[in-house]
Amino acid sequence: MKTKKRGLLIGFILLALLFIGLYILENSLSSATMLITILKKGVIYALIAVSMNLLNGFTGLFSLGQAGFMLIGAYTYAILTIPVEMRGMIYQYYDGGVVQFALPAIIGMLCAGLLAAFFAFLVGLPVLRLKSDYLAIATLGFAEIIRAVIQYEGLGPLTNGSNLLRRFPTFQSVLYPFAAAAICIGVIVLLINSTYGRAFKAIRDDEVAAEAMGINLFFHKQLSFVVSSFFAGIGGALLAMYQGSIQAATFKSAMTYEILLIVVIGGMGSVSGSIIASFLFVASSEWWLRFLDNEMFIGTFQVPLLRSGFRMVVFSVIIMAVVLFYRRGIMGDKEFSLSRVRNRLSNRKAGPNA
Amino acid sequence: MNGFERLFPYLLAGVSVGGQYALIAIGYTMVYGILRLINFAHGDIFTVAGFFMVYMSATMPLFVSIPLTIILTVALGFTVERVAYKPLREAPRMSIMISAIGVSYLLQNLMWYVTGGLAKQYPVLPWLSDSVTILTATTKIVTIVTPVLTVALVLLLLQLINHTKTGMAMRAVSRDFETAKLMGIKIDQVISISFIIGSFLAAVGSLLYFTNYPTVTPTVGAMPGLKAFVAAVFGGIGSIPGAVVGAFLIGISENLLKAFGYSTFSDAFTFALLIVILLVRPTGLFGEKTIDKV
Repeated sequence: MKTKKRGLLIGFILLALLFIGLYILENSLSSATMLITILKKGVIYALIAVSMNLLNGFTGLFSLGQAGFMLIGAYTYAILTIPVEMRGMIYQYYDGGVVQFALPAIIGMLCAGLLAAFFAFLVGLPVLRLKSDYLAIATLGFAEIIRAVIQYEGLGPLTNGSNLLRRFPTFQSVLYPFAAAAICIGVIVLLINSTYGRAFKAIRDDEVAAEAMGINLFFHKQLSFVVSSFFAGIGGALLAMYQGSIQAATFKSAMTYEILLIVVIGGMGSVSGSIIASFLFVASSEWWLRFLDNEMFIGTFQVPLLRSGFRMVVFSVIIMAVVLFYRRGIMGDKEFSLSRVRNRLSNRKAGPNA
Repeated sequence: MNGFERLFPYLLAGVSVGGQYALIAIGYTMVYGILRLINFAHGDIFTVAGFFMVYMSATMPLFVSIPLTIILTVALGFTVERVAYKPLREAPRMSIMISAIGVSYLLQNLMWYVTGGLAKQYPVLPWLSDSVTILTATTKIVTIVTPVLTVALVLLLLQLINHTKTGMAMRAVSRDFETAKLMGIKIDQVISISFIIGSFLAAVGSLLYFTNYPTVTPTVGAMPGLKAFVAAVFGGIGSIPGAVVGAFLIGISENLLKAFGYSTFSDAFTFALLIVILLVRPTGLFGEKTIDKV
């Protein structure tokens, strides 16, 4: 008990240090630098990846509906928070739309999560009875249905049809997405470590055995699905804030695939793995591999292959290599912990003598 | 104009698109029947076949470029299986599915790189692209050729599966993987053959499908790919006649929806149909009952 408390304390101190570090970083660099952008996008992806990991890695439900719930979150947030005086301009084809009020950003975000969770509840009722790959294709289908419905002209006064939504409140400071993601991921970790979390893992490891042990399969699957979608919705709202404008057409199944690949790279069933992988994914796709997209000359010799789009090819080859040869990902199903790092270091030191 | 005259062109288009879906759906259903894998990359292989044709026909006459497109597509399907799925044969099923998603991601990025993200003009195939008038509707010849060719190819494939030794091996593997292995069936060979047949049909489907459209883009194959998968599930996954019937039904109902002015929902409808089928009759129209063993 005492060590647990101490671990918690160290965790909080590290978190506080992280925030102080971010604050200093942000004030010493101009906010437009690549690093800040990466941090903003990375932490949003981290939240979404962790929410997907809760479902795919911890509960063993192979769902591919994440983009759909992010879409619901992003749209709910945008629709509820666009300032009233802007609506006439944005909903120009629909006489200013039907929603004629604007909520504060925080409440908008909460609503985004709640509505995504509500839809997940409805979707989950039929779909969660399906098994592995049927579940995957059914959730993928639902995401596509949601996208089609939102783009439907008849809902235009509410969703602006297939046009952009913009001018909703966004965040300036990098601390905002970090704070939101930290709280959300904290809640997910608490859930994973609770009795519910143990039930999730039991279902993942063996559904029949779990049921025989008296675990209510449907209730726990539904719980995991709803909670995961709640945070995917909040992640969608944060993504909307990061981008500044949203359009339903961009929330394709490719987006779900990207997040799934992040989860796999980090390790199915590891929260810290998902977080690390998100930052690596965003940083390498947006920053470290950027040079591959530009034509390069050494003297008069033009380096072959370098051209717009090459970055993503190299990137997906790396991902395939991870999928094929490091199937467990960065962390496997372990969590990052200081004591293990310490143990390993001391073991290595003690190694030659032993 | 009476109702039939108005609906007839849509019905024709539906039958044609249905035939094209059927050719893709067979690839899904055969691979699923044998490997229990949703080959997410199949739709992208279909698109790559479109691009092969675009680049090939720019430099070569059609009678060279069409067979070459088919051969290259088959080679691609074969390679994908060998490189991305074979090493994972003993891994959990989820891993292979993730690998398939990875391949799909890779192929899409590769196509984007090669084309520079621009839509490419699809070559006009002589004769197939010509106009023809049936009853009251004017359409391209490909619309009539597609269902005929599809049915012919499917009958041929059924002959292969029901009356040859290879076909028997395929049926055995899809019935029971482990036992088939013990009986001395070369599993890897059977799997490769099913990927080769699937890719061949996808290449033919792609030739017919893109004739109806002026251009090809890297992501254009994702949607027909998914719909073909739905068709395969609808007909009962693993069953070839089922996939064909499912594909025709989906193609026709999708186009009828368009006729009644609900084009936005034609994609959504397909998935709604999928979910209803999965709930009411998860084994599909012609699927076999499976028993869960603990």
